[in-house]
Amino acid sequence: MSETDVRPETQLDGPSIQITGLNKWFGAFHVLRDIDLEVAQGERIVVCGPSGSGKSTLIRCINRLEEHQEGMIIVDGVHLTNDLKQIDAVRSEVGMVFQSFNLFPHLTVLENCTLAPIWVRNQPKAEAEAAAMEYLERVKIPEQANKFPGQLSGGQQQRVAIARSLCMRPKIMLFDEPTSALDPEMIKEVLDVMVDLAESGMTMLVVTHEMGFASQVADRVIFMDEGQIVEQNSPQEFFNNPQSDRTKLFLSQILSH
Amino acid sequence: MTQAFFRQKDQMLGERPPPASTVGIVGWLRTNLFSNWINSLLTILSLYILWSSVPSLIEWAFLEAQLSGEDRFSCSEGAACWAWLDQRIGQFLYGLYPSKETWRIDIAFVLLFPALAPWLIENIPGKTWLRRFSFIYPFIAAWLLVGGWFGILDSVTTNNLGGFALNLTVGLAGIVLSLPVGILLALGRQSRLPLIRWFSVIFIETVRGVPLITLLFVSNIILPIFLPPDVALDAVIRVIIMVSAFASAYMAEVIRGGLQAIPKGQYEAAAAMGLSYWQSMRLIILPQALKISIPGIVNTFIGLFKDTTLVIVIGLFDILGIANAMVSNPDWLGLSSETYVFVALFFFAVCFSMSRYSIRLERKLDTDKR
Amino acid sequence: MTDERSRGIILQLFVLIVVLVFIAFITSNTIANLQRVGLASGFGFLTDTAFFDINQRLIDYTSQSTFGRALVVGLLNTVLVSALGIITATILGFIGGVLRLSDNWIVSRLVTSWVEFTRNVPLLLQIIFWWAILTSLPKVRDSLSIGGMAFLNNRGLRTPAPIFEVGMEWVIAAFIFAVVLAVGIVRWARKRQEETGKIFPAWRVALVLIVGIPLIVYFVAGQPLNWDVPERTRFNFRGGFNITPELIALWFALSTYTGAFISEIVRAGIQSVSRGQSEAASALGLSKNQTMRLVIIPQALRVIIPPLTSQHLNLTKNSSLAIAIGYQDLVSIGGTILNQSGQALEVVGIWMAVYLSLSLATSAFMNWYNKRIALVER
Repeated sequence: MSETDVRPETQLDGPSIQITGLNKWFGAFHVLRDIDLEVAQGERIVVCGPSGSGKSTLIRCINRLEEHQEGMIIVDGVHLTNDLKQIDAVRSEVGMVFQSFNLFPHLTVLENCTLAPIWVRNQPKAEAEAAAMEYLERVKIPEQANKFPGQLSGGQQQRVAIARSLCMRPKIMLFDEPTSALDPEMIKEVLDVMVDLAESGMTMLVVTHEMGFASQVADRVIFMDEGQIVEQNSPQEFFNNPQSDRTKLFLSQILSH
Repeated sequence: MTQAFFRQKDQMLGERPPPASTVGIVGWLRTNLFSNWINSLLTILSLYILWSSVPSLIEWAFLEAQLSGEDRFSCSEGAACWAWLDQRIGQFLYGLYPSKETWRIDIAFVLLFPALAPWLIENIPGKTWLRRFSFIYPFIAAWLLVGGWFGILDSVTTNNLGGFALNLTVGLAGIVLSLPVGILLALGRQSRLPLIRWFSVIFIETVRGVPLITLLFVSNIILPIFLPPDVALDAVIRVIIMVSAFASAYMAEVIRGGLQAIPKGQYEAAAAMGLSYWQSMRLIILPQALKISIPGIVNTFIGLFKDTTLVIVIGLFDILGIANAMVSNPDWLGLSSETYVFVALFFFAVCFSMSRYSIRLERKLDTDKR
Repeated sequence: MTDERSRGIILQLFVLIVVLVFIAFITSNTIANLQRVGLASGFGFLTDTAFFDINQRLIDYTSQSTFGRALVVGLLNTVLVSALGIITATILGFIGGVLRLSDNWIVSRLVTSWVEFTRNVPLLLQIIFWWAILTSLPKVRDSLSIGGMAFLNNRGLRTPAPIFEVGMEWVIAAFIFAVVLAVGIVRWARKRQEETGKIFPAWRVALVLIVGIPLIVYFVAGQPLNWDVPERTRFNFRGGFNITPELIALWFALSTYTGAFISEIVRAGIQSVSRGQSEAASALGLSKNQTMRLVIIPQALRVIIPPLTSQHLNLTKNSSLAIAIGYQDLVSIGGTILNQSGQALEVVGIWMAVYLSLSLATSAFMNWYNKRIALVER
């Protein structure tokens, strides 16, 4: 099984993602407040926090699924504005995995994976399918290629979702609570795939409650509350030596069971 | 920032108001009306359409309109003529019912509200008494309308019942009859007894597959052939039977959908508790099925009420029939727009309220579930 | 167990006996009544002469034609108005459904008002309303002229009738050729995309071909299409082709009424596709158009098509309201025949047979469609 290099040639030495002074409102509700964040290439970041803290909104701003009103987001050297061309350019370099998988139920697993490469990258079908099979092998479900999503378990669907994103060879992968909708016995298989991905050098931004994953793989853990970054540090420092009282409260709630 | 970082409680940022251009009136206009150039174009187009039609419509209908007079010649050209309302409103509401007796219809109408209330409104004092009243209401209403029972009220033939009162009578009777018959048909269609199942299927598919007009023809022309020569069913009764049969076939399909949406576990649990078929239906399955089917049920009711206008085809004069007759009357020739719009408003009022009520009911039952 | 079974059997026997007694009762009454009036049963009356006129017809018919032929004319009229209505109602419905979901507040509210008003007013009322408006147009003498070629009056719309001259058959042949060519090009482009990944604007090219090739042949052949333009005579028009106000009113009312229902179906179908689907497609880099075409619409159509075919069937059945304004469809003509010949049972039987076959055919289609496109699940 060939080790598909997940990180294509990088043209920049600069940071993958640069966020400065990001502010976002939902109507009158100030959901993201003065966020400053820099993500280096190959860096793995875990974002945690209570619900309503804005962590999902933050990563959805990065691929413009949400619009921001103030501040600057630069992804892979491209400013995120209302310009559709730039948005499309950013989206094909940034992959996203959703909490509810969002696989296309009317297409087979293989077709799910080849849809974007064929229609966005204009790849020939045979080439797209070969690449898709490699990624499906990498997430360890090549035998399900011709099944439909409705026939798979939750863990299998999420792994297909990861493979589907990887088929576009993104430079950055965003994960929005990828295991929150899974039954406990299936969480491990998805986390294993994500660990494998991290170890191959992919830039990853993961919103999750899985602290074991964070300590194993993350370069940095960010804790958000009330729309702002409250604390960020290396995993060891973050878990063993939290500085802010908020962080301590949150960790005591999360880690108590 | 890749350095370690933290904030204490007192260093947390508070909320700020959003930028002025994104909220308030300006923000609302930008997102809802002018978000991109296609939308801006559509907004301008729509505003133009409204601006060129609404003011002149209001002028025609209200401002220059004539409100009273003997016939159309007392109305001015180019404006709505409402003079006929004054003269003919009785016919529109009651048909050819003797005007001395229309108070009976009024009473029946007023009594309708306490009869309906216990079924539609949740918290009502005296619910049990009201429900008992609603069971005897049909008889009271029938007696009021037709009279002649026990020699107390003057008898009025149903041929004289017309106008909106006819629509309401046929509609309500149809609604009340079609729901239970529809439930029976739906259950029959699911029955394990092949004969019952076949009869239900044949009835439902035949009735649903043909236009209501053909069924009304059947009731008017075929039924007399099927019955012994001296038996004559009242025209309004025949219509009520046909309209109910028609609606119950559609109702059966709606309820069948509801029955199919209930998980098998419910049926099994009921059986495991030792309930008989009818008990489990009455106590467990049907309440759930009916709740799920409410949108479909109310839609069927709305359709039924609209279909009451078809009685014009077999010679009964409901409100539409009265309108037609008036418009061809030389005194009021050529006033079709005003007349039909007026009639339309009656139906719109009833049907729209029904659909709004159904939406409210759905929402209330939805929150009950959580 | 046997208790329940035997109860079931007894119940069915009981129902069977009741039904049989009922049928016997009806049959004996029917025979007695028919004998009294001296009517013969059977469909022989279909060969009797009709002695009435039909003014809107698609095939030849005179008052000397048979009842049977009259019924065929009526059936064709039903099919005509239903087919026209289905096409326009579906177009209106799809446009309305999409506009209803627009994020433009005014457009969305306007469409909603149209839908709510049309759905809550009886169809019969709408038909009669439009017919009253059309028949209160100016008399023939004072017809409204549309570009000097078509004329609108209270007897209908008088339009130019096409006259095919020599050479027209080449244009038609060119059209068929263009269609075949277009299909071929679409296929070829799809194959090419599979093999090389390059996208060819096949549909646009196909459109240009289908319009362009017949057009070129048309001019080369010396424009072999003439129009019989209606000319005013003293009291009427000569030439051209008249569309009666009954047909227009019925078509218009059916289209707007059914279109309102279809727009709700389309709206519900599009909304049934969860937002996550379009988010996932966008996140993969698909454009809005591609997302619609490849992800949203295929899923929405699954939900839309079954109730859509129901509405088409409803429109066909509702066309029977034609009798109220004198459009001579199957029910209207059947009613006339029924009055003249007294053969009520047979005429009603014919009505039932025709409409039931349409309904059953539609049900069969829906069942087949549902089975075919059902999403595969565990």
